[in-house]
Order: sequence, then structure tokens, then C-alpha cells
Amino acid sequence: MNRHSVSAIYRFEMARTRRTILQSIVSPVISTSLYFVVFGAAIGSRITSVEGVSYGAFIVPGLMILSLMTQSISNASFGIYFPKFTGTIYELLSAPVSFFEIMLGYVGAAATKAIIVGSIILITAAFFVDLTIMHPFSMLVFFILTAVTFSLFGFIIGIWADNFEKLQLIPLLIVTPLVFLGGSFYSISMLPDLWQKITLLNPVLYLISGFRWSFYGVSDVNVWVSFAMIIGFLVICSYVVWWIFKTGYQIRE
Amino acid sequence: MDPVISIQSLEKTYDNGFEALKKVELEVISGEILALLGPNGAGKTTLISTVCGIVNPTGGKVTVGGYDIIHDYRKTRQMIGLVPQELHTESFETVWATVNFSRGLFGLKPNPEYIEGILKDLSLWDKKDTKIMQLSGGMKRRLLIAKALSHEPTVLFLDEPTAGVDVELRQDMWRVVEKLRQNGVTIILTTHYIEEAEEIADRIAIINNGRIELVERKDELMRKLGRKQLTLELREPLQSIPDNLADFNLELQAEGSRLVYDYDATQSHTGIAGLMQALSEQGIAFKDLATRQSSLEDIFIDLIKESS
Ligand SMILES: Nc1ncnc2c1ncn2[C@@H]1O[C@H](COP(=O)(O)OP(=O)(O)OP(=O)(O)O)[C@@H](O)[C@H]1O
Ligand SMILES: [Mg+2]
Repeated sequence: MNRHSVSAIYRFEMARTRRTILQSIVSPVISTSLYFVVFGAAIGSRITSVEGVSYGAFIVPGLMILSLMTQSISNASFGIYFPKFTGTIYELLSAPVSFFEIMLGYVGAAATKAIIVGSIILITAAFFVDLTIMHPFSMLVFFILTAVTFSLFGFIIGIWADNFEKLQLIPLLIVTPLVFLGGSFYSISMLPDLWQKITLLNPVLYLISGFRWSFYGVSDVNVWVSFAMIIGFLVICSYVVWWIFKTGYQIRE
Repeated sequence: MDPVISIQSLEKTYDNGFEALKKVELEVISGEILALLGPNGAGKTTLISTVCGIVNPTGGKVTVGGYDIIHDYRKTRQMIGLVPQELHTESFETVWATVNFSRGLFGLKPNPEYIEGILKDLSLWDKKDTKIMQLSGGMKRRLLIAKALSHEPTVLFLDEPTAGVDVELRQDMWRVVEKLRQNGVTIILTTHYIEEAEEIADRIAIINNGRIELVERKDELMRKLGRKQLTLELREPLQSIPDNLADFNLELQAEGSRLVYDYDATQSHTGIAGLMQALSEQGIAFKDLATRQSSLEDIFIDLIKESS
């Protein structure tokens, strides 16, 4: 294991965040605050509470998952796609580092950024609503696993993409809709029967449900099922990364 | 005369089925400067990229410092510095940050003094806090060299380092190359400026259509393949070459006022003495004479024509 190399990639990626602090940190905070204003204030004035939790507080875990997922995916996919795009990947490929170490550097940095943004959102939310975290350990596990898993997922997208369109495609067409339909802003018990069943096919629902359980002890599905889902997704992503490593897919000629 | 790089039956077929390297055999001697010459599309960049780990070989074996480039890639890549042909750089980073990143990427501890030395050698020191996108093309080229040297490689690949580079930078660059050579660094460079290879290389390899056509010590090559020409400026123009000179390989130029004699400098009998005698017998006088040795460029062009 080449620690210096991994840390060089990690620090280089983190330095990019510092340079683009406005875009990386400030903008997610602003957009989250907007969600609070729109959903929390506007809708919250009509729906006062969901399963005993005030509506404003109820949407916090969903919002955090939303930004954790989008941040992880975009940071990691962009991070590895950009050197491919500019050609500077030649340096990564000619360096004495394994694919695993390259992945560690990029995924580590992407997950770190997502965790920072997620934490800022949590702090911002605390200004708007009363937060309780009933199961802090479980909250931390979901928090970190989500960041890591989706950073891995983003890394895969970044390797697969050979143009900017593809880079945006999956987050835009699949991830964002799944998050919005996964109960970020409502409990599925509020849906008609048929839609409840359909929503159960959405993997993101399990994530949000488990994360919300860590806060308020209420959930749409059993927390262990949620936990199994995130681990399952982590395993799938790791397997794909391993396969890419084996085949050199989209990396080496 | 240990080979530091040994390439055996190296083959590369790209995904689209194009065979860019066909059973390439090449040994690079430790401490030498090897110039790899060949026309566009010959396979120079492919060959370099394969040794450096950017392109996966389809077949064959390459060792660097005795280590296999696939199984012991960490060891081989640690030894190698690469300056790519294209100016691939970041944009928003500073010169200082990117060169230090390169060193870290190759697993080395920071060494600001060493990096400072490189940047000074390449006249980049005053640009160290400049963003890369604000550098000119020539400066980016220097930056790529600085990045390649940041991890103290013992083998350096320079893929067309002088393309689009002005005279001053070129001289800077050769000074750096000379210094590296004195420190025992092996250098493999490609160039389309053949005079350049003629000037600095110890050995010349010529590649065409994915095949190595020739590898030879430069002086040996010039001696073996070099033709010499003797040019005589005549006092009186000649209408035609007189019969008793017909055995010599002569040509009349400039409306008969110039006589050109082609000969092989490697032969012990160049025929010059005989020619002189024959000329004086004919009463042909000349006012000036010059000899010219064919350049590497002539040799190169002949070889490429022959092979294609
Ligand atoms: N990724 C690729 N896919 C398919 N063919 C390729 C690829 N890269 C290079 N080639 C082909 O391989 C051949 C050798 O290319 P290479 O870049 O090695 O040539 P070169 O000798 O470096 O030429 P130049 O002097 O123009 O730099 C060319 O015919 C080129 O079209
Ligand atoms: Mg080339």
C-alpha cells in the first residue's frame, strides 16, 4: 500500500474543493435552506406533523440523504472523469499506484466532501427546526456508509462516462427521481396502497427510512432491512470497481 | 553495457484492430541517450506509452531495470519519468502545487529544495505560484518536464519535447538533458528534428509501421550509411563528362560549371586520388572544392523510403 500516493490524490482533490468553496459548500447549504423554506414552511403549515414528528424536522433526514447522495456521486464522478477529459490521467496510469489506491484517493475525498456538506446541512437544519437524534451511532453508520457507497457509485460513473452528457445522465435521470420518490418529503403511509407497494421497490426508500429511524425512531420499513440494503449496494459497487480493475475497462487502452 | 530497458516481441493491437506495434525488439543501454525516430503514426508514442504503463501490451515482454512492467509495475514505474507528447495539464492548479502533487503521487516524501532546483533549472521558478492555464505552451512543456523529474527518475522518456518550442527553451532543455545524463539518467526521446538526434543522441532507433527498422550507434550509422560528396567548382564549364572520367560516379551541375563526385567514405580507396589524376590529365582545372557528408536526415529518408 502506497500511503503517500493515496494521500497525494486525496489532498489534491480536497484542495480542489477549497478552491471552489462557493460551489462545493455554499451552494448545497443555500439549496437546502430553500427546501426548508418551500417544504418546511409552506407545506409544514398545512401538515403539522408526520407520525408524531413535526414536518420540518421530518424532512431533515431525507434532505441529508439527498445531498449526501448527489454530492458523493458528483464529486467522485467528476473527480475521476476530469483527468480522463483533460488527459492528465496519463500521470495516474504511469505512476506506481494500483487501481485500488487511485480509487481510495478519489472515493475518500468525495466521501469526505459529502460528509462535510451533510454535516453543514444538519447544522443549518438545527436553526430551522428542533432536531433529536435518538440513535446517534446508527445515524453515523448510515451517514458514512451512504457517503462511501455513493462515492463508489460516482467513481464507477466517472470511469464509464466518456462525455459530459453521460456524466450527468445517471444522477439526473435515476438518482434524483429515486430520492424524491423515496420518501424524502413524506412517509409512504401517506400514499395510496398501490403506490406504497411500488415505492417499496425503490432502494433509496430503505436508506431514508433507516436514517430517519436513527433520528426519530419512526420508519417505513424495519431498520435492519435498511441496513442490509445499504450494505448490499456497497457490495455491488465494490464488485463493479473490482471488475473494472480486473479488466482495465475504460481506463487503459 | 547493461540494458536498462529490454523489449522483447512487443505487440500492440488497438481495440479497433489496428496493429500499432509488431514484434518490437529493442534494448536501451543504461545511461545512454537513445533517439527514437520515425514518421507520424510509426508507433513511437504507443511504444513509449506501453513501457510507461499507459497502454496495455497485447503480447511480448518488457523489463525495466530487470523488473517486468506488468508484475513489478511499482518498481518499474518508480524508475520512469514521462514527458508526454500532448500538453496534458490541469488548469486551475499552480505550478508549485502540481509538481509537488506529482512527487507525492509517485510515493515520495515532499522535498521542496529538490523541486525548487528543478524549477530553477527549467526557468520556471518565477512562475511557481502561477496558475497553469496562464502559462504559454512552451512553459507548459517545461512544466511537464518538471513533473516528470519530480520523483527523481533514472529513466526519462521525452516524447517530442521540442515540438513547438523556441530556440532558447530548446537550449535550456538540452542543458537539462545533459545534466541528467551526467547524473546517469537514461534518456529516450522522440523527435522529428533529425539534426537534434544527430546532435545529442548516442544511439538511433528508427521505427516505421510499428517495426523497428534499425538500431545503431549514431557515429557507426553515419559511418556505415553516410555517403560523401566532393564538389568541384570548375574554371571552365564542361559540355559533358569526358570519356576517361566515365568510370567515376560523377554528375555535372550548374550548367557544367560544377562537378559532383559521390563516394563511399568507408572504403579505403575512395577514388579521389584517381579522379584528381584523371582531371589533370584532361587539363580540367578547378578553383574551389568542398566535401559534404550526408546527414542523418538523408539516411533516415532513404531508410523510410526503402521500407515502405
Ligand atoms: N487509441 C488508439 N486506437 C486506435 N489506434 C490508435 C490509437 N492510438 C494510436 N493509434 C494508431 O497507432 C498508430 C501509431 O500511433 P502513435 O501515436 O504511436 O504514432 P507516433 O509514432 O507517436 O506518431 P507521431 O509522430 O504522429 O506522434 C497510428 O496509426 C495511430 O493512428
Ligand atoms: Mg507520437
